[in-house]
Amino acid sequence: MPSLKPLMIELSNIHRDFKVGDQSVHALDNINLSIHPGEYISIMGPSGSGKSTLLNLIGLLDSASKGTYLLNQQDVTVLHEREKAAIRSQTIGFVFQAFHLIPRLTAAENIELPLILAGIAPEQRQPRVQKAISDTGLSDRADHTPDQLSGGQRQRVAIARATIMQPKILLADEPTGNLDQKSGQDVIAILEQLNQQGISLIIVTHDAHIGLRAKRQIQMLDGRIQSDSHLNSNPGTSPGTSPPRQDQANASSHT
Amino acid sequence: MLIAMAIGVAAVIILTALGDGARRYIASEFSSLGTNLVLVFPGYSKTSGLGSLAMVNATPRDLTLNDAQALSRNSNIRRIAPMNIGSVNASFGGRSREVPVIGTSHEFLKLRHWQLAQGSFLPVTDLDRATPVCVIGSKIQNELFTAQSPLGQWLRLGERRFRVIGVLATEGRSIGIDVQDIIIIPVASAQQLFNTPSLFRILVEAKNRFAIKPVKQFIIEQLKQRHQGKRDVTVITQDAVLATFDRILSTLTYAVGGIAAISLAVAGILIMNVMLVAVSQRKTEIGLLKALGAPQTQIIHLILFEAMMLSALGAVLGLILGELGCYALRQFFPELPAYAPLWALLASMAVSLLAGLVFSLLPARQAARLDPVLALTGK
Repeated sequence: MPSLKPLMIELSNIHRDFKVGDQSVHALDNINLSIHPGEYISIMGPSGSGKSTLLNLIGLLDSASKGTYLLNQQDVTVLHEREKAAIRSQTIGFVFQAFHLIPRLTAAENIELPLILAGIAPEQRQPRVQKAISDTGLSDRADHTPDQLSGGQRQRVAIARATIMQPKILLADEPTGNLDQKSGQDVIAILEQLNQQGISLIIVTHDAHIGLRAKRQIQMLDGRIQSDSHLNSNPGTSPGTSPPRQDQANASSHT
Repeated sequence: MLIAMAIGVAAVIILTALGDGARRYIASEFSSLGTNLVLVFPGYSKTSGLGSLAMVNATPRDLTLNDAQALSRNSNIRRIAPMNIGSVNASFGGRSREVPVIGTSHEFLKLRHWQLAQGSFLPVTDLDRATPVCVIGSKIQNELFTAQSPLGQWLRLGERRFRVIGVLATEGRSIGIDVQDIIIIPVASAQQLFNTPSLFRILVEAKNRFAIKPVKQFIIEQLKQRHQGKRDVTVITQDAVLATFDRILSTLTYAVGGIAAISLAVAGILIMNVMLVAVSQRKTEIGLLKALGAPQTQIIHLILFEAMMLSALGAVLGLILGELGCYALRQFFPELPAYAPLWALLASMAVSLLAGLVFSLLPARQAARLDPVLALTGK
């Protein structure tokens, strides 16, 4: 039996409220979630269910109104903006549906961007960028600007950019939403490959085909977790990751 | 916005060059009058300043040749020349015209730093000898004597005749006197011609800079004694006049430069607007940078840096434009040394960089405070 691995992400009683006019909207309502390193999770649900909000919160782009978030046993809710930015830079990678590449920069420069922001010297940047380019199969497109790239290529640039700092967590919000079937499959393949190398992968998607590929599937509705496939197996077994069996992780979070 | 900044800087440069050029022009005009010069005027006004400069006063007590002679006995004085002015009808060989006339002594030429083109200047004689000789300017020569040599010819001035003994060179400047359009005769002759014993001015050249003050004191005392204890002359040193002009024009230059600097402030506000627009247009980009882990301070630095680069570019452009403008000014007005002073160049560049910095602070803070989620979704 695999031994207890320390939890990477631990959300307890998380609430996220938005003010719409003079009403409060509960985007996230009492979320409890635990994630171990190296997991491959999909979060699915109808629009408005709060899945993107949850992803943003995990990625420290957003803060909870109530509750605690422990990232690698560190309480990130009390961190300053600067410290959160540092964590985003070093630990977390984002992939967006709309790619969000900078149009004036080439593919290589887009990939290089996180390294520049982190203050890494030019001599060290170049080899890393080159490796990322070849790893994602973009060698012949490296000095093209985004408008000269196809959707699939753009997303590959985005993935290379998201992973260049070797983060532990990769968060993808509808990564295939703007792609055709084939490109979408290529992108998912790359993401899964990264997961096999040890990076925790959380994908938000409304596409069930993609969602079902994940080893752990979470369904959301109205800001709550409806089901968590980790909890659908025998209750009482010891916690810890052991794919493909889903093990019980934490206290229940539905209803 | 770049253009606005460039125009602002160029405006400061050209305007200060004009002001400074005017200042230097006046200064050089004055110094060409002769250095270490002390001017004695009849009439004494209680207020010092330029009011007395331009007037020929009807005074209680005239300046006379005897006064001038009395003054010349002083070791601090290198040269002294009395001055009389008027206007007469000059005629020769059927041609005639109205000409300004100066009555003075032989020291006048050197005092004024003028040159002779032909012949010689007034003879060295006693001040009260009315020798019938004259020295003419080049315009007089051309108009009255045309092709023939004027030397030795008899020129009719009013009712008297004067023998031409010299022609003035065309170089040499003076305030209010055109060296080409003048006739110079001995002061005693002028007194007869104009029928007045009084002098317009007495010009005194001190032997050096340090002698100026004692000479001034000496003149005031001497003439007070000679005029029955009344102080009824004005003694002006050239550098006092020069200092006044210099002060006026410097103030003018600063004021003009200041006004031009206002246009830099306007450019600064333009920068702010441009950067605000840029921030709102590049919201997704800023959101992305935050998602990639750029802290707020880094975002602020990025915006500030961009704004300062733009202002620096605008300032350099303005510098080039300004210098070109000054060059053009110098071509069209060669007498005016339109060089922008160094302080204006440095100040305008500094102000434009500062404006870029200050006016982009607000947009920068706005950018840094953007919510990354909202920014990324383009709201």
